[in-house]
Amino acid sequence: MELNQLTAHELLAKLKKGQFVLEDILNSLYSRIQTVEPKVKAFVRIKAGERPVLNPSADALLGGLPITIKDNICTAGLNTECCSRILEHFCPPYDATVISKLKNAGGSIFPFKANMDEFAFGSSTENSYFGPTHNPWNLTCVPGGSSGGSAAAVASDEAIWALGSDTGGSIRQPASFCGVVGLKPTYGRVSRFGLIAFASSLDQIGPITKDVEDAAILTGIISGYDTNDSTSVNKDVPDYTRSLGKDIKGIKIGIPKEYFIEGMDSEVKGVIQEAISKLKSLGSILNPVSLPHTQYAVPVYYIIATAEASSNLARFDGVQYGYRAHSDNLIEMYKKTRAEGFGEEAKRRIILGTFVLSHGYYDAYYLRALKVRTLIKNDFDAVFKDFDCIVTPTSPTPAFKIGERSADPLKMYLSDIYTISVNLAGIPAISIPCGFTKKGLPVGLQIMAKPFNEEMLFRLAHAFEQETEWHKLKPKI
Amino acid sequence: MKYETVIGLEVHLQLKTKTKAFCGCAIDFGKTPNSGVCPVCLGFPGTLPVYNKEALSSAIKVALAFSCQIQEFTKFDRKNYFYPDLPKNYQISQFDLPLSRKGYLDILSENNVKRIGITRVHLEEDAGKLIHELNSSLVDFNRAGVPLLEIVSEPDLSSPQEAFDYLTNLKSIIEYLDVSDCDMEKGSLRCDANISLRPEGVKELGVKTELKNMNSFKGVKDALTFEVSRQNELLESGETLFQETRLWEADKGVTLSMRNKEGAKDYRYFPDPDLTVFIIEQPMVLRIKAELPELPHEKMHRFMRDYALTQYDAKILVSSKKDAQFAEECIRSYPQKDKKGIVNWLIGPLLSEANSRKLNLHELDINKTELINLIGFVEDGSISHLSAKLALTQMIDSQKPAAVIIKENNMLQISDSGELEQIISSVIQDNEKTVISFKAGKTNALMFLVGQVMKKSSGKANPKVVGELIKRRLTDA
Repeated sequence: MELNQLTAHELLAKLKKGQFVLEDILNSLYSRIQTVEPKVKAFVRIKAGERPVLNPSADALLGGLPITIKDNICTAGLNTECCSRILEHFCPPYDATVISKLKNAGGSIFPFKANMDEFAFGSSTENSYFGPTHNPWNLTCVPGGSSGGSAAAVASDEAIWALGSDTGGSIRQPASFCGVVGLKPTYGRVSRFGLIAFASSLDQIGPITKDVEDAAILTGIISGYDTNDSTSVNKDVPDYTRSLGKDIKGIKIGIPKEYFIEGMDSEVKGVIQEAISKLKSLGSILNPVSLPHTQYAVPVYYIIATAEASSNLARFDGVQYGYRAHSDNLIEMYKKTRAEGFGEEAKRRIILGTFVLSHGYYDAYYLRALKVRTLIKNDFDAVFKDFDCIVTPTSPTPAFKIGERSADPLKMYLSDIYTISVNLAGIPAISIPCGFTKKGLPVGLQIMAKPFNEEMLFRLAHAFEQETEWHKLKPKI
Repeated sequence: MKYETVIGLEVHLQLKTKTKAFCGCAIDFGKTPNSGVCPVCLGFPGTLPVYNKEALSSAIKVALAFSCQIQEFTKFDRKNYFYPDLPKNYQISQFDLPLSRKGYLDILSENNVKRIGITRVHLEEDAGKLIHELNSSLVDFNRAGVPLLEIVSEPDLSSPQEAFDYLTNLKSIIEYLDVSDCDMEKGSLRCDANISLRPEGVKELGVKTELKNMNSFKGVKDALTFEVSRQNELLESGETLFQETRLWEADKGVTLSMRNKEGAKDYRYFPDPDLTVFIIEQPMVLRIKAELPELPHEKMHRFMRDYALTQYDAKILVSSKKDAQFAEECIRSYPQKDKKGIVNWLIGPLLSEANSRKLNLHELDINKTELINLIGFVEDGSISHLSAKLALTQMIDSQKPAAVIIKENNMLQISDSGELEQIISSVIQDNEKTVISFKAGKTNALMFLVGQVMKKSSGKANPKVVGELIKRRLTDA
C-alpha cells in the first residue's frame, strides 16, 4: 500500500515509529494527484505540475499531517472562493476557527482546496464555477455534493482526510456516493467562524475520512466552544476515540418507516437491510419508529435555507472584494456583478429566499417553515426518548450520472431527502460505507443520534466497520 | 378648518462603548478612513457577529431611564437592503422583539408637564459613511458596526416646540447616563421626524411625511415648523397629501421631497441566525436599575425640595449634569440658609458669563470660594451689584481673588458718613429746587438727589446709606 492510501491514524502511528517522514507522505499524495486528478478533478485552482508545499508544526499531535479543506472554509493567505466567480481571487486574511484548531494540533493545511457546488448549493458538485468533480468509483457519475471535492479526494487517495460542510447533507451524501465516512456534528458543536455561510442556522463543518477512527480524531480536534461564534455551544468535548472498540449490545436503534418509501432505489434498499441485519447480529435492538413530519423536511428546508442564503449572499456586491463588473452607475454595477458573478443555482436560491421573506409572504412561508421545523425537531426528541440512535439510508439512490439531474432542480433537491431533517433538527449524523450496488457504486448508511451524542455515532459506526470490509475497498481510476 | 399637528420622533444615538456592537474594534473617530475596521465589521465572508455586552447594558440603562419595560426575550433581526456603506447589505437591528417597549419621557413646557410615550428602545449597528468626490464615491467603514440605540416616540408631540423640548430633555437624560456624546452636528445623535396634520377633533392620523437631514435641534424645530405651514396650506387649498420623505435644506429653510410615490420599502426582516434569541436576566436589569444615576427631573425636584428653588431655577440648573454638579457645589458652600442669593448669581451673571464665552457653566474658570466671597461683598454692602458683575468678569479672566480685584479697581462703596456728608452738602446746595419739592412731599425728588450723589462719587457711594443721610438731613433741618 502506498502511503497516500493509509488512514490518518495509520500514518500517525508509523510517523511516530519513524518509518518515514512527512515529506514521503506529501510525495505520495503528489504523485497520486499527478495520476488521477485530471480524471477526478477534486481540487480547484491547481496550476499544472504545481507541487503542494506544507508548513507543518510536526511536533504536535498531528505531526504535520495534511488536511484537505473545502473551498468555503477560510484559510489565511490561501484563496477561498466557494467555487464561485463572485469570490474570484478572494484570499481571506484570517483562518476559520477549525483551521486554527487544526494548525494548533499540528496539522498542516493542504494548499489545494477541494471543489464544491457554488456556495454549497447542490448535491452533485456540478454547480461549481470550476466545473464538476467526478466520482472515483465511476468517472461518469457525480461524487455527490456539495462537499464532492472533499469526498472524491479522500476516496481517490488524493487526500488523507478532509473537511467539508453540511447544510442539508453536503458531507454525508457525497461521503455515501464516494464510499467514505462523513460526519455532520451537532449544530453548535463546531465553530462556524470562517465558514462562508450558506444557511447559518443549518451549517456545520465536519470531517470526511477513510474510516470511523479518523472521523473521531478529526471531530475531536475541530469541536468546541468559540467566542467568535455565538451559536457555538459551551460544552466539553469528549475524547471521541474512547467510543471506538465498544460493543453495541443492547443499543436501541429506531428504523423510521418514513424513510423506506417509494422512490428508494431497490438495490440501496437491499444493501441497507443487510446492514441493519448486521447491526442486529451485533446485539443491538432494532425497532420501527415514526418521524411523522418527514415529508415536510424538503420544503421546509428549501424555505429556511434559501431565506438565510438570500441574506447571507447579499454582501457579494462587488464593493469590497471578489468579482466586480464595471459600470458608471451603482445599481447597474450591483446588477451586473451579481448577474455575472453568481451561477444559475445561486440565483435560483437567492430569488426563492428573497421571495419567501418578502412582505406579505413571510408568514405563509418563512414563519410557517420555522414552525414545521420545530415539529420535525419534536419528532426526533420523541424518538430519542426511547432510542439511542436512528438508522436510515444516507441517500435514496447511489451516485447518479453527471448531467442526469442538473436540468431538474426538484429531482436534485430530493437527493437530500434523508439528510435534510438532521440539519433542521440540529442533531448529529454520520454516513458510513455499508455496501455496493451491482454496478460497483458505494451505498452509505446513516446513523443519527441525540444532540451532542456524537459518541454514540462513533460507537455504532465503529462496531459496524469492524465487522465489514467496505471501507477498505479502493476505486480503480 | 383648523388642523392639529401630530409629531413622532425617531432618535438614533451612537453609544460610546469601548468597542463596536458586534466585533472587537475600538471605537475611535479620530482615525483615518478604514483604519478602525476588522473582517467582522467589514462583513467579510465567513465572519460572525458577537454582541457587545457593554452596548446591551447601556441600552438597558437608557430604556430604564425612560421607564421602558425590559423584555425578557429579545433577539436581533436582519434588515436587508443594498447600500455601499452597509458592508453585509443587511443591518443587524431589532424588529418584533426589541429589548424594551412602552416607556415615556416627561417634558416640561411652560410649566406644564406633558408625558410623551416611548414606543421602543432597541439596539442596532451603524453603517459606514460615503464620501462623495467629483466622479466617484468613497466608503469609510470606521463607523460601521458602532452600536446605535433607536428611540422611537409615540406620535404624542403636538408642536415643533414640543419636539424641541422632547429632544432637549432626551439629550439631558442621556448625558446624565453618560452613554453617548449626543452631538447632533457630529452625528452621534440623529433625529428623523414623522409629521402629519389632522382636522381638530379627528382621531385618525393624517398622511405622514418623514423628515430627514436635520443636524441640530433647532433644525428639527425649523423643519417641522416649515412642514406644518406647508401641509396646512395644501390641506386648506383642498389638496390631498401623499406619504413621502422630505429632506430639510437648512440653507434655504425648506423641505424638499426626496422620493415620492415610492411604495413601502421591503426590508425582509428575519431573525439573525448568527445571533440566537437571548434572555435578559432580571438580576442584571435590577443591578443596572440600582446603578442608574439621579436623573434630571429627580435632581430638579431635589433642588426644589432641599434648596427651596423655584421650578424655573431648578430646571435651568439641572439641564446639564456637570452644570448641576457645579451649581450644587456652589449652593452647598454658600453660607446663607436662603439659597436665593447664590442661585440668582448662578442663573444670572454666571450663566451670562458662560454664554458670552460660549462655555458651559461648569467650564467657567472660577474658584467657588472666591465666588462666594464676591457675593458676600455685595450682600454686606461693600460693593455694588454692578461693580460685582464687573469684578466677576475680571475674576474669570485673571484668576485673582475677589478682594484683590475690588481693591485694584477701587470698587468699595463709600458708606462712611463723614465722606458722604461733604458730597451731600454740595448736592443740596446745587439743587435748591429739588430740595424744595422734596420738602413739599415729592418722593421722586429724593431719588434724583441720590442719583446726583452717586454721580459725584463716581458710583461708589452706597445708595442706601446716601438716601438715609439725605432724608435725615432734609427732615431734621
